[in-house]
Amino acid sequence: MSPAETALAASPAAAAAAAPNAEGLARDGRAERLALLGLASPALLLVLVILVVPVAWLFYVSFIGADGSFSLENYERMINRKSYARIFYTTFEISFLTTGICILIGYPLAYFLSQLPPRVANLCLITVLLPFWTSLLVRTYAWLVLLQKSGLVNEWGISAGLWEEPLKLVHNTTGTLIGMVHIMLPFLVLPVYSAMRAIDRRYLMAAANLGAGPVRAFWTVFAPLSLPGLFAGSLIVFVLCLGFFVTPAVLGGGKVIMVSMKIASNIELFVNWGAASALGVVLLVTTLVILWVAARFVALERLAGGGH
Amino acid sequence: MRWLNRPASETQVTHGQRLWLYILSGVIMVWLVAPTLIVVPMSFSDSQYLEFPPEIWSTRWYDHYFGSEEWMAATVTSLTAALLTMCLATPLGVLAAYGLHASQLRAGRLIFVALITPMMVPLILVAIGAFYVYVKLQILYTMLGLVMAHTVLALPLVLIVTAAGLKSFDMNQEMAARSLGASRARAFFTVTLPQIRFSVITAALLAFLTSFDEVVVAMFISGGDNATLTRNMFNALRDQIDPTIASISTIMIAITSGLMVLAQLFGKPREGG
Amino acid sequence: MTERPASALPITIRAMTKTYGRVHALDQVDLDIRSGEFLTLLGPSGSGKTTLLMVLAGFTRPDSGSLKFGDTEVIRMPPHRRDLGMVFQNYALFPHMTVAGNIAYPLRLRGIGRAEREARVVRALETVQLGGYGGRRIDQLSGGQRQRVALARAIVFEPRILLMDEPLSALDKKLRDRMQIELRHLHEQLGMTTVYVTHDQREALTMSDRIAVIDHGRLMQLGAPREIYDRPANRFVADFIGESAFLPVRRKGAEILCAGRPLATESPAPEGEKLLAILRPERLQLLDGSVPPEINAFPATVSELVYQGDSFLMAARLEDGTELTLRDVVRRDTFAELPGPGSAVTLGLHARDTVLIPDDGAGAAP
Repeated sequence: MSPAETALAASPAAAAAAAPNAEGLARDGRAERLALLGLASPALLLVLVILVVPVAWLFYVSFIGADGSFSLENYERMINRKSYARIFYTTFEISFLTTGICILIGYPLAYFLSQLPPRVANLCLITVLLPFWTSLLVRTYAWLVLLQKSGLVNEWGISAGLWEEPLKLVHNTTGTLIGMVHIMLPFLVLPVYSAMRAIDRRYLMAAANLGAGPVRAFWTVFAPLSLPGLFAGSLIVFVLCLGFFVTPAVLGGGKVIMVSMKIASNIELFVNWGAASALGVVLLVTTLVILWVAARFVALERLAGGGH
Repeated sequence: MRWLNRPASETQVTHGQRLWLYILSGVIMVWLVAPTLIVVPMSFSDSQYLEFPPEIWSTRWYDHYFGSEEWMAATVTSLTAALLTMCLATPLGVLAAYGLHASQLRAGRLIFVALITPMMVPLILVAIGAFYVYVKLQILYTMLGLVMAHTVLALPLVLIVTAAGLKSFDMNQEMAARSLGASRARAFFTVTLPQIRFSVITAALLAFLTSFDEVVVAMFISGGDNATLTRNMFNALRDQIDPTIASISTIMIAITSGLMVLAQLFGKPREGG
Repeated sequence: MTERPASALPITIRAMTKTYGRVHALDQVDLDIRSGEFLTLLGPSGSGKTTLLMVLAGFTRPDSGSLKFGDTEVIRMPPHRRDLGMVFQNYALFPHMTVAGNIAYPLRLRGIGRAEREARVVRALETVQLGGYGGRRIDQLSGGQRQRVALARAIVFEPRILLMDEPLSALDKKLRDRMQIELRHLHEQLGMTTVYVTHDQREALTMSDRIAVIDHGRLMQLGAPREIYDRPANRFVADFIGESAFLPVRRKGAEILCAGRPLATESPAPEGEKLLAILRPERLQLLDGSVPPEINAFPATVSELVYQGDSFLMAARLEDGTELTLRDVVRRDTFAELPGPGSAVTLGLHARDTVLIPDDGAGAAP
């Protein structure tokens, strides 16, 4: 630097001349950003009061023992008592089975839909969207009526000679699974379908041109490209299953106890906030960890918006 | 049957070779809709055991539903809550989506994730959390509390649907409006909003349904005079199979289908129009 | 002629700076745009030309700088108060309004009454030669018609400054050529200060009163089209506008030497010892026989001859290996007589076409 330049840089007036309006512009920029983010503040405030604060409080309560001081007894109880282990086992079992069955029947359906001309596909999609939009309580009720001892399924099965005595299809794991798969299937089909739709058909032509037969082209080109959609769909199904309440409560008939139901009964019957909140924390942490892992592979909006 | 031998895809599979897929998919699609639809004729059965097809048709269970003061009160509660939730969640969600979209900041991403957490947290936690707060705030079993909780649950949907709409909207248009003399707010209301209206309408309908169908949270924080329809249905289901529920279910299916048709009519840009 | 706007406004840009991270989109740009002139900001993509236009419009907030419309400092003024017309690259017409609705929009915002609004919409449509199109929907218009509607919407409120961001880039070539002339006429008719952004040099040369060539956020040269083309100030401008080969030359005393031979020039040479001579294909000529003193001769060997319909291209190599290209029109029968590859030729460049620029050591520009 020459002496003249040093003198220039040292004087604030000269700096302002070199960068006129810098301060004002920076202030305007901050104000604009703040105003735009401010538009989200009412929504944010509501989520904070109704969701974040209570969940944080549950977190805190889970570490308070019966005597009111800090303790891990709520978590110890979960490990020591067989009944709690059983509940976690059931929850994961049901969730895995539901997700697995959904993949088995949802993937072929999504593939079928993706192969149809768009107009026909949209028509067929109504069969996926109608249950998706229908109240889950209504659908659970429908299955209860259909699967009960004197229900339609048993009636038809016996009259068709498939079985003789009425089968016990509801108030057990079978009923719960049937209902949950029915409710979860759209959550899997919709993201898989949209992922499949997005696959450029010219890839398959290229594969055929390069010498791959239909089966090979499917497994080496189409299936790998549809995987992100399947991954997103399966995770959303699994995570929703983990926290499910209504369907197992109605169709499980008290024999299928999942974490959510135990939390509810801890509050409703025993008013035991400590036990309930510890269960809740475990459930929440499991869910968030799965979602966090998932978000590393798939955009979060796509996961959450899986159905829309 | 020449159709069976026609190629069905780029890789020269014929329809005949894919028949198994068509049959399997057909069965799954029937399985998806049948249980819901079968409730409709069953609800018109005269029998306690809801025969299908009904031997004697009657509107007995509808009379029972419409004649019950309790069921009617619950229905009014549910509809009111759903309507209010829609009116609250839609503007809040649209404003937030617009703010986050227009600011294009990293902090915006964070706020977006924060606003869709209600979708990620298990419902039972939202339920007992809200229950706890409402006891403290003394708004348990009130309409206000119910609407606020349902709004929190509906916000993620409104946000995601609106954000998707904004993504396909050309923000240059808003700049054009501003260059022509419109303030940001004016540009939003005269140019942006009319063009993302389809997303906003879809979002509003989703918000309505979210509240109307919600069971778990309502079980904890609605009650007394403000018990929702779903809460009462759930309690009735746990005890024994009340045929009245078939009639209520039919009505709920009708409402859902109606909203779906509305969404198809107004929630999508019409072709060529 | 329709009425002119009350007056056009000059634009003064001082020390305009905008950085994105470590990239300088605008680096201390100073630029004076004269009242009523048609000025084009020309540069490759990413040069900062669009950023500068967005700063003028108020959509990009610079880090620092001063911007005056006339005598008024507007740098912190929000876009909707700047009162300037703007035509966007994709037109940004409002699809939920008719053509007339689009054009009436700025008038509505200014609280202009219905009767006058309608009259002005009709007039604006006539100005852009779309009389009677007011009731159409936007999606019923062709690309060229959309372009005109966007223009009508930007001028209907008689702004004193008009900004255009590559408005012709979406049109096909023929339509683009016609619109260039039309825009030029319209500018003469309306007389507002117009700032036009493009990366298309031909467009810039055709339409502008002056061109500002921009690269890496800096103003490389400002001048009338002929000045920019005939007297580029540096290698970037010479390379970006038109084709050119560069021949290293040296200053020795009062003479400029090229490969040991003196070079005749008409304009004064820039400072410095190492210089570059610019050789434009269409300014080179084939010499046969005698060489007049005002012509610089370059002996070369033809390496390729390409027929291009209306013209031909001859690639030739100088003794030092420099590749030159010569372009000339093809007249009937002459092409067959041209020397083929391998032939020795002498290329000539008139002294008034011999332009020297400083050799700043920068390699070939993009």
